[in-house]
Amino acid sequence: MSAHRPRYRLAGRIARHVLLVVSATFALLPFVWMISLSLKPPDEIFQPDFHLWPKTFHGVENYRVALTAAPMLRFLLNGVFVCAIIFVLQLMVCVPCAYALAKLRFRGRDTLFSAVLVGLLVPPQALAIPHFVLLHVFGLLDTYAALILPWIISAFGIFLLRQFFRSIPDEIIHAARLDGLGEFEIIWRIMIPMSTPALAAFGIFSVVAHWNDLFWPLIAVRSEDISTPALGILLFRDDEAGQFLGPLMAGATIIVAPLLLAFLLAQRRFIDGLATTAMK
Amino acid sequence: MAEIELRGIEKRYGEAPVLKDVSLKIKDGEFLTLVGPSGCGKSTLLRIIAGLEDQDAGEVSVGGRPVDGARPKDRDVAMVFQSYALYPHLTVFDNIALPLRTRQLSFAQRLPLIGPLLPGHTGIERSIRKEVEQAAAMLDVAHLLHRKPGQLSGGQRQRVALGRAMVRHPTVFLMDEPLSNLDARLRVQMRTEITSLHRRLGVTFVYVTHDQSEAMTMADRVAVMMGGELLQVGPPEELYREPQDLRVAEMIGSPKINIVARAHWADDRSVLSAALAPQAKHLAFRPEAAVLITPADGVTNGTVTDLENLGSDIFVHVALRDGSETVVIRTTPDERRFSLGSTVGLKVDAARLMQFDEAGRRCGNIERVAAA
Amino acid sequence: MSLTASIQGPIRSIVRRRHRTEEATVGWLAVSPAVILLTCLLFGPAVAVILFSFTDWQLGAATFHFVGTENFAALWADPPFWKALVNTCLYVAIVVPGTVGLGLATALLIEASPGLRGFYRAVHFLPVMSTMSAMAVVWGTMLHPSIGLVNRALAAFGVSGINWLRDEHTALLALALIGIWQGFGFAMVLFVSGLKAVPQQLYDAAAVDGADGLLDRLRIVTLPMLGPVTMFVIILTASRAFEVFDSVRVLTQGGPNYASEVLLNRLYSESFDYLRTGYGAALAVVYLAIVIALTLAQARFIERRVHYS
Repeated sequence: MSAHRPRYRLAGRIARHVLLVVSATFALLPFVWMISLSLKPPDEIFQPDFHLWPKTFHGVENYRVALTAAPMLRFLLNGVFVCAIIFVLQLMVCVPCAYALAKLRFRGRDTLFSAVLVGLLVPPQALAIPHFVLLHVFGLLDTYAALILPWIISAFGIFLLRQFFRSIPDEIIHAARLDGLGEFEIIWRIMIPMSTPALAAFGIFSVVAHWNDLFWPLIAVRSEDISTPALGILLFRDDEAGQFLGPLMAGATIIVAPLLLAFLLAQRRFIDGLATTAMK
Repeated sequence: MAEIELRGIEKRYGEAPVLKDVSLKIKDGEFLTLVGPSGCGKSTLLRIIAGLEDQDAGEVSVGGRPVDGARPKDRDVAMVFQSYALYPHLTVFDNIALPLRTRQLSFAQRLPLIGPLLPGHTGIERSIRKEVEQAAAMLDVAHLLHRKPGQLSGGQRQRVALGRAMVRHPTVFLMDEPLSNLDARLRVQMRTEITSLHRRLGVTFVYVTHDQSEAMTMADRVAVMMGGELLQVGPPEELYREPQDLRVAEMIGSPKINIVARAHWADDRSVLSAALAPQAKHLAFRPEAAVLITPADGVTNGTVTDLENLGSDIFVHVALRDGSETVVIRTTPDERRFSLGSTVGLKVDAARLMQFDEAGRRCGNIERVAAA
Repeated sequence: MSLTASIQGPIRSIVRRRHRTEEATVGWLAVSPAVILLTCLLFGPAVAVILFSFTDWQLGAATFHFVGTENFAALWADPPFWKALVNTCLYVAIVVPGTVGLGLATALLIEASPGLRGFYRAVHFLPVMSTMSAMAVVWGTMLHPSIGLVNRALAAFGVSGINWLRDEHTALLALALIGIWQGFGFAMVLFVSGLKAVPQQLYDAAAVDGADGLLDRLRIVTLPMLGPVTMFVIILTASRAFEVFDSVRVLTQGGPNYASEVLLNRLYSESFDYLRTGYGAALAVVYLAIVIALTLAQARFIERRVHYS
């Protein structure tokens, strides 16, 4: 475009990189700081002069403390387990409902859809007390069930999938019915395979939200054994070993790393997934 | 004075050459269409004239002035885009006024809020208003000036885009497939509107299209492009009657020109054989350059395989003897009718038979021998 | 002929009716789990929280009394509640322009030319993906008065830093900075997708029309075309900022002296630290009402501003 003025173009390019390096530094600084501290011995952290790379490498010791003083890996496994179960249950509930709302005619369908829309408005934090009481009544507090149950219904999931299912042409469903497929077979054999992009987007949205959630685990869970990563790091901080910054930063690194690595491996999918679910 | 001269234009995207040594002179006030299949480089050539893209080699001059390296706005060209490229957030009035404002108002005067307070602003705005209203009246969109592009039909948007192009009286109009987003009926109507606009403005039009009938009906001259090369430039009837390249012959005209291999005619007792140039490999003739006759008298014989009745014309598809080649012959309903499957003879008007060599170049000016 | 026709009519309608009922049965079967769960986990609790807000119930207590609007009156008279409300709004008012501005600027820069595009996009997006509670712990050490990176950097310029998170004047500001840090990458991604949707021909038209400078291009094409996306990013950022909790809980717990108190932290403390269930429920109801009102107002606003399609 502006090839007519090559000198400006070069200057512009350099300016772009300079500015982006500044904003990238802002974005990365906490991660760099975290990893740097996680490799340092205590005395070096408190020294007045700061070096990015430790003079005496204390990383092994810090990570060992983090992994042994608190069940870090257990936290991660809990996170994987809880997020996976939540997502699977959400799909089992949302997919049939979204299909019926999108493609079947029955009395009360429009009322139900309005209810789903109203449900979209309700912030889950406002329901924390009744959820807590409900789980208390059934004696489920401080169990995996407490972490999972409140989330298995997702008005957002129903809404998102319903919108996507509606974009699948009716002819395909009519053809499937003529071919003798039952409605649930249609869901399983046609709707789900055809809507993998939407399901993936919803999956990423759901997993990221629940992996990072702190509000609800803080309420529902007390014991370390079933803590999710977001809660686990706080338990570790309040622990004796967590008073030392090296191990604490090592712990934070362990907690943050899995999702970041997953993101770096599948950037496009994560960014598109989160952007499309946000654009509902 | 706005003739355009292109000399030795080359352009490549990465390794792929898009334009190969294109030279072309467009006369002042001429309506020239660039026609060719998609990907032939015609749009790139237009964008190079506009200054939206830079050529890798060669020179462009507009009105005798070299414009290489000049920015689009300094070339005195206006452009109409395929998607109209109207600014969706501006009203029709503001869309048409924009090129005047960017030219006539200083940067400070264009600033929102502060701009209108600066000296000189009101006077310039008043003259801009007059220009815009004039252009709008000419294009019959005066009643739409307060609307936004989203509220207009395709044809109306097209007119607004034309208005934005003509409002500042450029000496060159560049149009990149401006009608391809319209439905067929509107397209035909807009064709005549654009040509009459050209007559009224009297400036140079360069018009890119992939539609040969659009190119033929609108232009003073047509430039046929293919594979980044300019194959032939000339008035429409010249391209139709005397194509210098087999690909041009094939592209221009509907139904397509008939092409048969010379080999097919070699053993024929045709009087034409003698007159063919030695290097001629392909023989071609337009559907109206032959008549169907009874088998015995024909230059060659064939079988009727299909009949397309358009009312005014009937196109008869004839498979030549061994069935490997089919030709289409135009007949009128008043002529003798032929039924499907019947054997017919074919007599080609020798004066309108064209010969092409192996590479597709025109050869051997055929002698005007009357068919026996 | 006429006989078959007169029989066929009813048969067809019977078949169709049977088909209809079958479809309805399947439909109800398919939605029943969702309906049950929506009732038990969403609408039931929503009604329950409203009921709780009119009682003096405390978690674990065997009895309770209806106290009318007493909880709401107490809320009205409670300075920390007002402080939390004002702070939440302040937080939103800082985070939204910061996030949107930074997100837009980085998006424009990233899309300006193809060099290292993917790299920059990924780097700016990393904070979005990171677990806030852990990163809040990290930010806590960065803002630490003596060993923290921020004060060390300031000291290098001869400026003496302060205890950011313990100072009434800066605690909320520091939290807002963390909020911007976490959110601007997401805004950037949304802006980038908006930029990609701007047709190149508009830039070409602007160039031919004489607007080919950087500022003219921004003013005439880019920014107007980003209008709808910007609106959307503002709304999204605002509603997320309104839910701020993790960083506050981890770093300040609302302190010092309620200087960084926000609505959700207030809700959490009253309900689960002090176990004042009725009062907490009243807070939840107020929170619910505000969020719903804001969302509906946004929806109205967006509908009215239907964009140039």
